[in-house]
Amino acid sequence: MKTDITLTVNGDAVREAVEPRTSLADLLRDNLQLTGTHLGCEMGACGACLVMLDGAPVHACLVLAVQASGHKVETIEGLNESGLIKDLQERFHDRNALQCGFCTNGMLMSAQALLSENPMPSRPEIREALSGNYCRCTGYESIVDAISATAKMRSGQTGEVS
Amino acid sequence: MIPSKNHIGQSHRRKNALRHLAGRGRFVTDLALPRMVHAAFVRSPMAKGNIVELDVSEAAVASGVVRVFTAETLNHSCVPWTGTLDHFAGMQSGAQNMLASSEVLWVGHPVVMILAHSRAEAEDACELVMLDIEDEDAVVDGDAALVKGTPLAAEGINSNMCFQTLLETPDLDDAFARAAHVVEGKFTFGRHTAVTLEPRAIVADFDPSTGQLDVHHGTQTPYQFQDVYARHFGLSEGRVRVIAPDIGGSFGMKLHVYHEEMAAVAASLMLGRPVRFVADRLESFVSDIHARDHRVTARMALDAEGGILAMDVDDMTQIGAFSSYPRTSVAEGNQVIRLMGAPYQMPDYRGRLSVVFQNKVQTSQYRAVGHPIACAVTEALVDRAAELLDLDPFEIRRRNLLADDAYPHVSATGYQFEKLSHQASLDKLHQMMGYEALRAEQTALRKQGIYRGIGIAPFVEITNPGASFYGVGGARISAQDGAVIRLTPAGDVHCAISVTEQGQGTETIIAQIVADQLGVTPDQVKVTTGDTDNTPSGGATWACRGAGIGGETALRAGRKLQMQILTLAGEILQADQQHLALASGAVVDKTTGQERITLAEIGRIATYRPDTLPKGSDNSLTAAQHFAPTGYPFDFTNGIQASHVEVDIETGVTRLLKHWVVEDCGRIINPLLVDEQIRGGVVQGLGPAVFEECLYDDMGQMTNASLADYLVPMAGEMPDIEIAHIETPTLDTILGAKGVGEAGTAAAGAAAMNAVNDALRPLGARISQTPMTPLRILTALGHV
Amino acid sequence: MKSPAFEYIRAESVAGAMSAYAEAGDDVVYLAGGHSVVPSLALRLQAPALMIDLSEIAALSGISFQDGWLRIGAMTRHVQAINDPLIAAQAPLFAAAAPFVAHPAIRNRGTLGGSLAHADPASEFPAAAVAMRVELEIASPKGTRRVPADEFFLDIYETAIEPGEILLAIHVPGPVAGQVIGFDEITRRQGDYAMVGAAVQAVAKDGILQDISIALFSVGTRPTRAVAAQAALMGRVIDDASIADAKAALGDDLDPPDDLQFPATMRLHLARVLLGRILANLEAVA
Repeated sequence: MKTDITLTVNGDAVREAVEPRTSLADLLRDNLQLTGTHLGCEMGACGACLVMLDGAPVHACLVLAVQASGHKVETIEGLNESGLIKDLQERFHDRNALQCGFCTNGMLMSAQALLSENPMPSRPEIREALSGNYCRCTGYESIVDAISATAKMRSGQTGEVS
Repeated sequence: MIPSKNHIGQSHRRKNALRHLAGRGRFVTDLALPRMVHAAFVRSPMAKGNIVELDVSEAAVASGVVRVFTAETLNHSCVPWTGTLDHFAGMQSGAQNMLASSEVLWVGHPVVMILAHSRAEAEDACELVMLDIEDEDAVVDGDAALVKGTPLAAEGINSNMCFQTLLETPDLDDAFARAAHVVEGKFTFGRHTAVTLEPRAIVADFDPSTGQLDVHHGTQTPYQFQDVYARHFGLSEGRVRVIAPDIGGSFGMKLHVYHEEMAAVAASLMLGRPVRFVADRLESFVSDIHARDHRVTARMALDAEGGILAMDVDDMTQIGAFSSYPRTSVAEGNQVIRLMGAPYQMPDYRGRLSVVFQNKVQTSQYRAVGHPIACAVTEALVDRAAELLDLDPFEIRRRNLLADDAYPHVSATGYQFEKLSHQASLDKLHQMMGYEALRAEQTALRKQGIYRGIGIAPFVEITNPGASFYGVGGARISAQDGAVIRLTPAGDVHCAISVTEQGQGTETIIAQIVADQLGVTPDQVKVTTGDTDNTPSGGATWACRGAGIGGETALRAGRKLQMQILTLAGEILQADQQHLALASGAVVDKTTGQERITLAEIGRIATYRPDTLPKGSDNSLTAAQHFAPTGYPFDFTNGIQASHVEVDIETGVTRLLKHWVVEDCGRIINPLLVDEQIRGGVVQGLGPAVFEECLYDDMGQMTNASLADYLVPMAGEMPDIEIAHIETPTLDTILGAKGVGEAGTAAAGAAAMNAVNDALRPLGARISQTPMTPLRILTALGHV
Repeated sequence: MKSPAFEYIRAESVAGAMSAYAEAGDDVVYLAGGHSVVPSLALRLQAPALMIDLSEIAALSGISFQDGWLRIGAMTRHVQAINDPLIAAQAPLFAAAAPFVAHPAIRNRGTLGGSLAHADPASEFPAAAVAMRVELEIASPKGTRRVPADEFFLDIYETAIEPGEILLAIHVPGPVAGQVIGFDEITRRQGDYAMVGAAVQAVAKDGILQDISIALFSVGTRPTRAVAAQAALMGRVIDDASIADAKAALGDDLDPPDDLQFPATMRLHLARVLLGRILANLEAVA
């Protein structure tokens, strides 16, 4: 019934026995208590469950845990502790780019992926990159501002929000 | 000199945001308790019918299943609830209980509750339940519901009319008789729903050994639920603790009583172990309250100069099979007919309201209750009048908006306005948006076949409601709040308060307010919310009251503690407390600002060396304070919004280009947070104007009940939103703050609809229905 | 929204996957990126006994150009259609379609082969495949065969792939000199399924159309070749008159589904608007 899987999560080697039907999101949340990965729709429409799989954001609700066996997963907890997104987190904090915080994990994942591919995105490009991330609280503008400010700071500009 | 205590009015960042940014939020959905079981529900697949067979025997023995409940085995434990209130005279609703016993009354009505070791196993077992329902004719349409001979939508009602009311000034008919112009319209406002990103969630944890019920509940109103659980399950209130940790969005949707949450509590009481229910997204769409669903017929009488004489409005709203509990499903309609024409000098009015039952999900209060409907109808008619009289939309409003020196004022519908700033807001908006340039651009682009539109919409918003809102109707819903503030032995400050946090920044503004009373920084003030065991009782979060009422409560509690500290300091220092003040974490000389004794030292002495205090000194460094508004029934705010859109007249697709808001919420405590509340609110108004709608077929099936099919507003389609403020503090309180959470939602849709119609005007097309879908726009244009 | 239980095998070869399928019987589903299968499981729309994961089979990956055809392994991710230079050069309609497919994170995981095999009539890649006249290489226990895109898509979620067979690769005929393409769709929100979409590929000589291939999507039960519209355009210059004729001809090509949210008349109207716009832009390119 259960399948043994081994994967790397936030740098740790993880061995678990899971039912094949278990999603990567449920594995992370229920088995590993990595509850920073959120579930908002369980069908890939809201972006709250994004994690890095082999370095690229994917929906943890659309990946089976068994499919992640042998691969490298990074969650918000890992990204946070790595310090890699500290500047992004700070700009989100400055700009109040979150209210309830439920979408924030996914927003940070999408933002980090965008900035690694496109260091100076325009506002429409940022909005497009967030097109699969639902936020019910902020109205999005502050999130766009925060990502834009991070891009400017990373590329040596001021990062002041205009 | 004493350093200024100026944290009120500053853009402090939210400390609790840091946890979320680190992935350390603590939501009910994240909670796992020992021996916890997971709930799933078998729901009615049809809108109305009789249960003829229900067999759960196979489900009961399925792998992982702990218990299966039906109405027969569960409902007896709960006193049924009825969503009526006395001040809505003549209203009716059937009583509700957790699981459907004989009749199912909407698609999604829960029939069986299954508890298992995992949610997956509970869902597996749901598929093994044999449920046979004999289909009955459902009441789907509100107008049809009122036709004689139509079946009743539910048991326990004598007609499908839940509530009717009429407001009328004596001279209404006369006003229309002498009007130079009358404009009119029929409007339809679709159903939509809250779609909080974290769905509804509860973990009910009853400990039979002590009789203690702990409920971890994703709600904005923990005290209300403490009361509900105690009364409906026959428990003493002292043994019910409701804990609302981080909440993933709420917006009014999470303060209603739901069948599933009640069932989770009931099941925990019976099993004596924790029961978890988290609605999945499919369940959310067929069990979270829906909002709006109004059909409005309205006309407006004007004099020859475009002065508004009167409005005559008929609102029919469709609420589902029951009125929701404990706030009813009629409060929105009641506000719709009272908010019509509210920003204007309008002497006469008639408003009729019909609230109608049907076999759909219940509707009830959601952000900006009633406001978007009243605003959209009023402002559409004002724009039609402007067109008829060939007046600019700004000009007709300038002629009609209440003058800024005309207060206090009572509206034709009976609302009392303390002081508003409509005319100043109008001027500020005109300047901020560069109105003339936009008009010039619009004219130029039309020649290229590009159709842009500009729409404006002034509004008022109901905030800081007193007990006349629900309390007088018999609802156990608190209009007051409470705070307990203490100075810790180390000289830090802790504030426990009844208003709650859903990310809007409640804890941050409370810290700012308290800090200013005690001469510390907000960082030194820890705020606790959302736990009935650890905070005083109060109304919590609804109807825009956190800053206005909660903030005032904190301010008064802070001042009380300030007096206690100064009294004790006076005794320790052998000084006249009149000459002392609090600043920079210390007691200072009021005149020179010189430090006399630190708060830490006072805390130390009061806690560890009370023996050194003069005889008779009171070493209490804790202050409790409750506050309820006693002035105006509500503190109205006002403002105005503008929307700039481009309509693709070939595809019917509307692009939102820009949005502006001028807002007057009285004293602003934290501009950063106020602006985000406005922006979020605007987007929750634009969503239903353009995208969001719960679509039903004529059998009462919701046809787009998933997040792939129900269109929420996303980043790519939402505009940047520019905001300006005017501050007219209320004199009802020391703080002077009013609410702001619903202002954005109140008028965004109205502005957008006026903008779309402005774009379509040269083509002779007009839209009066939201959401303004491509199909509806193409139909208006005659393409379909 | 939890999936029903199933068994899982991670296949290491195409032959291994097919023999596992044959052994298990009917109740088997192949898994590629999983972005169509997994949500349908969460919705409990299907309950397979066995899931055979193809995603780690090396033979299904890789993009190569030979003998005038581009071979795109079925497991190629959507994001590669955006980033891969060979696809950009040799299969430009895939590159043009890819940014319209859902959202970035979906494109990181979803596969080209999965999208084609799933055959959602509202999805972008199938229409691009038809417009490019690709051939689909399908493995069966008896051997492999190549099926032209026009014969591959049969109905909603139904293709020429027989039970147990596996889509190996997509073969794209190399572009002809002077070839131009157009791809667009009308959506309410970025990344939504289109109300109507179209993929167009054309070759013109001295302004005269020598070849035109038009496939629309979200207009019926499968990606639909606009035969009449193509005929209306062949041998002509793209101008107002020929565009108007092509738009009119769509009435013969399309029989869109009719529902309350999107009446057939609306889809036909939008298809005409969209095709007109794409053709008008083609003209600029040509």
